[in-house]
Formats: sequence, C-alpha cells, structure tokens
Amino acid sequence: MKKTGSQILLESLKREGVEVIFNFPGGAILPIVDELSRWDLKRILVRHEQAAVHAADGYARASGKVGVSLVTSGPGATNTVTGIATASMDSIPVVILTGQVPTPLIGNDAFQEADIVGIARPCTKNNYLVTDVRDLARIVREAFYIARSGRSGPVLVDLPKDVLTNTTEYRYPEKIHIRGYQPTVEGHIPQIERALRLILTARRPVIYAGGGVVSSGASEELIKLAGTLQIPVTMTLMGLGGFPGTNPLSLGMLGMHGTYRANMAVTECDLLIAIGARFDDRVTGKVDAFSPKSKKIHIDIDPTSISKNVRVDIPIVGDCKRVLAKMIALLQKEEALEEYRRSLGPWHQQMEEWRDAYRLAYQQNRVIKPQYVVEKLYELTKGDAIIATEVGQNQMWTAQFYQFDHPRSLLTSGGLGTMGYGFPAAIGAQVAFPGRTVIDIAGDGSIQMNIQELATVMQYKLPIKVAILNNGYLGMVRQWQELFYERRYTLTHLGEVNPDFVKLAEAYGAVGMRATKPEEVVPVIQEALRTPLPVLMDFVVDPEEGVYPMVPAGEPISQMLLV
Amino acid sequence: MRHTINVLVENEFGVLARVASLFSGRGFNIESLSVAETLDPTISTMTIVTRGDDQILEQITKQLNKLVCVIKVMDLEGKEYVEREMVLVKVAAKAETRADILRITDIFRGKVVDIGPKSYTIEVTGDEDKIKAFLELLKPMGIKEISRTGRVALARG
Ligand SMILES: Cc1ncc(C[n+]2csc(CCOP(=O)(O)OP(=O)(O)O)c2C)c(N)n1
Ligand SMILES: [Mg+2]
Repeated sequence: MKKTGSQILLESLKREGVEVIFNFPGGAILPIVDELSRWDLKRILVRHEQAAVHAADGYARASGKVGVSLVTSGPGATNTVTGIATASMDSIPVVILTGQVPTPLIGNDAFQEADIVGIARPCTKNNYLVTDVRDLARIVREAFYIARSGRSGPVLVDLPKDVLTNTTEYRYPEKIHIRGYQPTVEGHIPQIERALRLILTARRPVIYAGGGVVSSGASEELIKLAGTLQIPVTMTLMGLGGFPGTNPLSLGMLGMHGTYRANMAVTECDLLIAIGARFDDRVTGKVDAFSPKSKKIHIDIDPTSISKNVRVDIPIVGDCKRVLAKMIALLQKEEALEEYRRSLGPWHQQMEEWRDAYRLAYQQNRVIKPQYVVEKLYELTKGDAIIATEVGQNQMWTAQFYQFDHPRSLLTSGGLGTMGYGFPAAIGAQVAFPGRTVIDIAGDGSIQMNIQELATVMQYKLPIKVAILNNGYLGMVRQWQELFYERRYTLTHLGEVNPDFVKLAEAYGAVGMRATKPEEVVPVIQEALRTPLPVLMDFVVDPEEGVYPMVPAGEPISQMLLV
Repeated sequence: MRHTINVLVENEFGVLARVASLFSGRGFNIESLSVAETLDPTISTMTIVTRGDDQILEQITKQLNKLVCVIKVMDLEGKEYVEREMVLVKVAAKAETRADILRITDIFRGKVVDIGPKSYTIEVTGDEDKIKAFLELLKPMGIKEISRTGRVALARG
C-alpha cells in the first residue's frame, strides 16, 4: 500500500524508537501535524522554536536517546538555529525536522521560504533536503544513525510540503551503509598498550575527563580505571557527573573557573590523560602554558579533536567506553599495581596541600549568597536532581557548588554558552523523567530569554523548579566589567526593570516564591520541592558577588585570581 | 607549505557548498579547486590546492574526512604525483607580435583555438611552473583575458 510522506515520516520515527517530539506548528508542516492526530506519539507544544530544540537537546542529554523537534518553514526553521548550534557545540544527538515550501517553489523567495539547509550547514553534523518522497525513509534512517553514532550531534531534515503529501511504497531500510561515514569505535590496541606503559611510568598523572565520558557512557570504566591506579581526575564543565564529584579522587572542574587544585594539578603533572575532552580555550587558558610539563594521552572518538589545539603524544581514536574497558582488561595483567599506587603517594600529598591552600568558599552574611542557594539545593535534593543551568555566573556557581555524582544529571550549554538554554532543556528532561526532580538554576537575565515556556510547563503539568539567582545584573558580564573595565557597568544592570518574578509565575498559573534573607532560603526550597507544580523561586542575592577562582582570558590557568 | 589534496565526494548537490563552507568557516585557504565527475557517476573528485603548516594540513584532512559526503581524502604532498592545469589566454595580436606569439605557443606545445581580428586565444596545459612561464612570456604582448581550470592531479603509478 502506498503511503504519504507524512505517514512515512511518522512510521519511520516510530521505527527509530521516538517517544516524543517537541514542536511548534505552521503551514508548511500541516500535513504532518494533521497526521499526528492519528498517532499515539507524545508531542509537546513549546512556545518558541528555539525552545523546541533546547527541549529535544535536554531530553537527549538526560536520557541518552535522540531528541526530536519539528518546526515549520521560514521563521520556524530560522528560530531553531541557536538550538542547533548549542547541540552541535556539545555533541548532542538531536534530529530537527523543518518544513519547507513545496519543491517547485524552492529558490523563488516563496512565502516563508528559508534555505535552512544552507543556514544550518556549519552547525549540523549533517543535513538533508528531501526532494523525493521515495528518499524519505532512507534519509530519516540515516539522520538518526548519524545523530547518535560516532561523535553524536544534530542532524536536520528539511521537508518540502509536497514531499509530505506525495505517496510511495513504504519500506524502511533495515541495513544502513554510508560510505563516507564510518566512525572509528574500537581503539587501536598497540596505541592503548603504549598509553598504559606511559601511565605506569608516570609519577604525577592526572585524568582530564570531558563530555565524551558522559556521552559514551564510560563513567563506570573511568571510576574503575582511576580507582585501580589511584589517579586524580578533573572534569570539564561537560564532564561533570561523568566522574563523581564526591569521589575522593575528584579534583573538581578545571579551567577558567576551575578549582585551584585542579588547575595546579594539570599545570604540574607529568602525564595528562585526556578522555573525551577537546582542549577548549575555557579549559586551557593560554595554550602554550597549558600543562607544560606533561606527556599527553588523548582518547576521543573524533580525530579532529586530537592535536587540534594541543599536541598530544599518544592519540587513541575510539569510543571512550570501549577504550577504557580495553585498558582495564590489560591492567588486570599488571602485577606491580600496589607498588604503582604507592609511588603516587607524594603526588596525592601535593593534591591535599593544594586543596587546603585554596578551597571553593564564600562568606554568607546578611544578604543571600548565590553559592549558598546552590549548596542548599544540593543538600535538599541529596544530589539526586537533574539540574539544568542558564549561562553566566549561575552556571559556574552550579558547576562549583552542586556535586554531580551521576552522569546525565547536569544539562548546561558548555560550548556555545547559550542564555535561555536551561529552562527548555529542563522541559526535555522532565518529559524524559516525569518522576524526577528537575531544577533549572537560572540567572535573572537568562530566564527572560525563554520565559514563555512557563506556558508549556503549565500545559503539560511539568513540575519543573526554577531557581533564579537574582542579582539584578547580567552578572558574568558585570564581573568582567568589574575586573577589566574599571567597573563601568554599561548595559548590564537589570535591577529595577526586572519583572516581579513571583507575579510573573502566577500570571501563568505557576507558583512563585521569593527569598530575600538567608534564613528564608531553606524553607523556600523545601516548600518548592514539596509542591507538585511548576515553581519559580526568586532568590534575591548579593548583586556584586563574583565567581572565583578566575583565570583571565588568555592567561595560563595557573594564574588564577583567588579573591 | 602548499599541498594538493584529492577528495572523493558523493556526487550530489550541496557537496561543494559543504566543502567550501568548511574551508571558510575554519579559516583554511583554498588556492585552487576543481570538481568533476569520476567514472562512477555517483562520485566526484575535487582537487584542492591549499596552504598551511603540518598542523593545519592535519586538521584540513581530518575535517574533510569528517564530512559525511566525503568518501576519501588523499593528500598528495610527499607522494609522486602529476599535476596539470589548463589555461585559456586571449592575447593581443598585432602584426609585429603575431609570429612571436605563435612561436612561444609552439614551444609550450599550446594550441591556438580562436583567432580574432585583434587577438589570439591560446590553450596551454601544464604544471604550475610551465603555466607561469608561459604567461610571463605573453605578458609583454598584452594579455586581455585569461581563464584557468584550476589544478587537477593524480598520484603516479
Ligand atoms: C544568548 C546569549 N547572549 C549573550 C550572552 C553573553 N552573556 C554571557 S553571561 C551573560 C549574563 C547572564 O546574566 P544572568 O542570566 O542574569 O546570569 P548571571 O551571570 O547574573 O548569573 C551574558 C549576557 C550569552 N552567553 N548568551
Ligand atoms: Mg543575573
């Protein structure tokens, strides 16, 4: 029997195991929207296409599955670009389905036409314009395969309206072969052996773990490897949760707002083992001065990440989980492990000295400190919540003061640093895990970038909690102005013109709460966590609190401002 | 360092844009680029001439390989290969220069492919040095227009 493009699309989504799509409708996708009414596929109507992609992204980060969003042509499609770029920078598997004008009109500046394939090319892993309904099933199959395999990432499929209504025989391709796309998954054994030999001669080794550990599901292996060898581990922002923050071997995050000991350890180590990380400039600081005394091993699924910014001695291309599993298997044959662990004694002692020299800390006085709010959120959720963040100081305080012990429990825009990401991402996570506590730790600036999603959480009764660290500033930018522009706070003060967030929540039918004094923080959080509805918590915090340590951009990471 | 890279790509629309956008987006330079179908009509070859140090070239080949539409990347640098380019030159032809132009064309094993009242159009094929030398010699006669194919290359053997 022949099927329409819309039917084929939905059938194919089912075949890919899609459970939910985040969408916003429009003329070009009406054939799919209409077809959807006959399917029991969960759909979430967001209130802005950017949020549709962030929600699909949050769903993917929290669950490990591919997130899907569906939007219309033209402005619907262009509104997704920030979401796509966000997912791309953090290697998140999402499939974005965009409507397009009918094929005969393409190129004519038709109503609501945008060359979204062209626009999104640099920020997608791959993308497709479907010009013939007979290609549709294969393209959907390829799109999901490419999105989730190798170094995962966003894939866009552009669907002209006539392709959705044309018909053809439906056959879903069982096998898939793309000759230009064969990711290397298994690490090269001789390289792994060389790496192991290098590790066993190191006396000051450090593991530097990134988002690849989370996306490949390599946490268990990393814990095992680090534990067996007693090698300290520092995580990137994307790596948080990939190794437990409360593990005694954890040094915390490294980089621009990393801990003193993590940055010192990386600077002084004789061996740096990078796992699923990409030597981003927010991690390395001044590249020439980054980990100058070390040999470097780099495990990553993406060959382009290796030796891009920093030369490494032993590259291993492969999936982190598989490579680490191989390493652990090879380690079983080693005999002198006890001796090795003992040989790291002085290095561990050095870690303790660095830890004691400068801990992450703040002084809680009469105004609420934002760090205090994050710490209390951690304690009161017992570290079990899924935490999304916005971007800015709120994001860095979350990274510093919430201890992430489990992978996929932190959703944050690391690479692109997208304000407005957290709230819709939290929607995706809550849809994936209806029973879990999902909190967006937000700034007063960022939350206003996708505040319209309050309507979405109300419509679907998603009991998300938003904790606004309300400092009345675009705080992170203000901090840079304070430090590098003689405190000229141009364009960063929001203060009095911020809305009344409590009333704002109430206008949407959500619950609004406010804390202005330190002693109100805990009761507000407790009350919010007890409330089975969306809650917006407005924490009026110290307006000029800063995030420290801080490495000024372009400086070596050992040169931290420690105020 | 100058490198000539042969890239086998899927012969479908948008591929050239993907490759070009990779180069422009990452600040890699393209000195010359030519594309044509291979014997297999589903595959095209791109010959790209680019410049950069070892680290940049390593990134260029890796990034090309990462594109889904790219099937194979061969950096010909350090290998034995032949490289050719064809150029069409329209040169002013006056009574006193005609003989010289024809002689030079002959020496370079070129061909006159069009004759106008005031000009010759000449076709010459060769490697970079040959084309450069040829154009240098014609310059004094008054080159009006040129059109070049960009370089194509094949590994020897
Ligand atoms: C979409 C977007 N625009 C601009 C920026 C630049 N930026 C980075 S942090 C920041 C301030 C964020 O303010 P707020 O949400 O209040 O967070 P705070 O730093 O105060 O915690 C800005 C404007 C950005 N990251 N994203
Ligand atoms: Mg703020």
